[in-house]
Amino acid sequence: MATARTAPPGRPIGTVPPARQRGTGVRRAHPLLDLAGRRLVIGLLTLFLVSVTVFVATEVLPGNAASAILGHNATPARVRALSLQLHLNRGLVDQYWTWISGLFTGNLGHSLAGGQAVWGLVQPRLINSAVLVIVTGVIGSVVGVTLGAVAALRKDSWFDHVTSVVALAVTSLPEFVVAIALIILFATVVLHVLPAVSLLAPGVYGWSQPELLILPVATLVIVIVPYIFRMMRAAMIEALESDYVEMARLKGVPEWQVVLRHALPNAIAPTIQVIGLNFLYLAGGVVIVEVVFNYPGVGQGLVYAVNNRDIPVIQLIVLVLAAFYVLMNILTDVLALLVSPRRRIPR
Amino acid sequence: MRRFQWPSVLWAALRTPRGAVGLALAAVVVLIAFLGPFLAPQSPDALVTLTFAKPSSHFLLGADFLGRDVLSRILDGGWQLLAMALAATALGIIIGAMAGISAAYLQGAPDSIIMRAVDVILSFPQLVFALLLLSMIGPKPWLIVLAVGLSHAPAVARVLRAATLDIAERDYVKAVELQGMRPARVMLREILPNLSSPLMVEAGLRLTYSIIIMAGLAFLGFGQPPPTPNWGTMINENQTGLSLNPWAVIVPAVLIALLTIGTNTFTDAVARVAIGVDRRPEQAALVDDLSPELAE
Repeated sequence: MATARTAPPGRPIGTVPPARQRGTGVRRAHPLLDLAGRRLVIGLLTLFLVSVTVFVATEVLPGNAASAILGHNATPARVRALSLQLHLNRGLVDQYWTWISGLFTGNLGHSLAGGQAVWGLVQPRLINSAVLVIVTGVIGSVVGVTLGAVAALRKDSWFDHVTSVVALAVTSLPEFVVAIALIILFATVVLHVLPAVSLLAPGVYGWSQPELLILPVATLVIVIVPYIFRMMRAAMIEALESDYVEMARLKGVPEWQVVLRHALPNAIAPTIQVIGLNFLYLAGGVVIVEVVFNYPGVGQGLVYAVNNRDIPVIQLIVLVLAAFYVLMNILTDVLALLVSPRRRIPR
Repeated sequence: MRRFQWPSVLWAALRTPRGAVGLALAAVVVLIAFLGPFLAPQSPDALVTLTFAKPSSHFLLGADFLGRDVLSRILDGGWQLLAMALAATALGIIIGAMAGISAAYLQGAPDSIIMRAVDVILSFPQLVFALLLLSMIGPKPWLIVLAVGLSHAPAVARVLRAATLDIAERDYVKAVELQGMRPARVMLREILPNLSSPLMVEAGLRLTYSIIIMAGLAFLGFGQPPPTPNWGTMINENQTGLSLNPWAVIVPAVLIALLTIGTNTFTDAVARVAIGVDRRPEQAALVDDLSPELAE
């Protein structure tokens, strides 16, 4: 008959059970999925609050939205008619729900300016802006990383000093100054080799008329490269002065291998975060560039919509941009974790 | 740590080459902006000559798209932009500082609520946020200042919250807490004076961005209504005449550029001094990543 003092079956009395290994007791969730999952939940909550903010800013703020839209043409009869059309007679929560459920079912309403379906207006603009952002991101990252690495390798040379000073100056410039400078240099005053506006016909996208993309992309690239350059330079300098690089050199590894296989991968990690942040910045940065070059993207669309008080279009574009922001934030955090294995160990 | 370090930090920054150059550039443009209205030869709104006339002895910079004297409009068109940018920066710093310090010091529920709000506002690009707030009421100057100031507050809050978390555990804070000082007084008299370095750097960065965003808003047509001269608006309205009289576009653009380069360079110098780069040269390389988005 077993008593409380009997050893557990299968184990002779007097032995010590094997030490519990980390992770074999309660199963720990994979740290990467854990982090991504948590960020996603917080991101969705943030997006919900963002949508409420957009709704409040466009439909709740002072004055009847209908009379704001009608402006000088606001007779009582017209205000009433427009209010009915905009569902302003219903409660606020009701209106918000109509809008949000419409987003999920694909019914995004109609433009107040021209009457077309909002999605039909916004979708080609989204594609155009996406082309701009992706091309800029790729070119900007390559150029920034290269310049940063070279400046780090030639630290304190004239190249390093000149590029650092230029980088600091360029980060301070407003975008439209860069855009105008490029237009003056290449399109109107000094040279006449590139078009000053980038009017894409409806239905035509950037890849079929690449020369129209050159100046807008060049502007955005010039704007983001300094940030990537500075981070890459700082990270590369730190990597080149670290112990493992010194070890590799002492072992007799050729310098190019030291740079490419030991220093560069470790310098890329923080730089990827900056690249992600710059993609983020581009979401807002496209607005001015698109207006300067008359490029039909979401930035230009937003400015037109604000000028016309086209509420459904404003709401959709701002929501899309904010969603892009939140998603890129999550992606950047996850990427930073992926490239820095140190950070994966749960503390 | 000494209190009220900021005069000595500013003076030290001024003595570095970057600081001197930055402040000089900014000062030149500020002088033009604030003394300009008294020096303008013509009235900025008067139609005096042909549209896009080339520079002449009467009109040193030529004429704009309506035939007004470009030089006078430039001299008149800076101070309002600058004043609004200063106001927006001050508003953003004050709101952001209150939010960030309270969040870090009070912890718990206030911290969560404030940081949630910060996350939400930071999900919008600054320009888009300003456009959103301006979309319904229109570009009134007070609303522009409010919108831009609000868009700065979250970033300031984040930076100061991180700095406060560092300070709140120090002995001198604990000492006055034990003496029974109320939280508001602790924040104001013990914590705030020791945040002067991050505050100054943030103020400089935010001022640079205020100028950039407000000039951008003016460029997009959301500045003061015409015919008020404004450097940002001038760049847009004279863009069509670039081949005829480029000075109407070039000069305001150069002025804005010099101003923002100046303020940014001076802020960079202040940040370097605040981090004590001179005493720790090995950190000099790492200071170069003063990207605003990374200031978390």
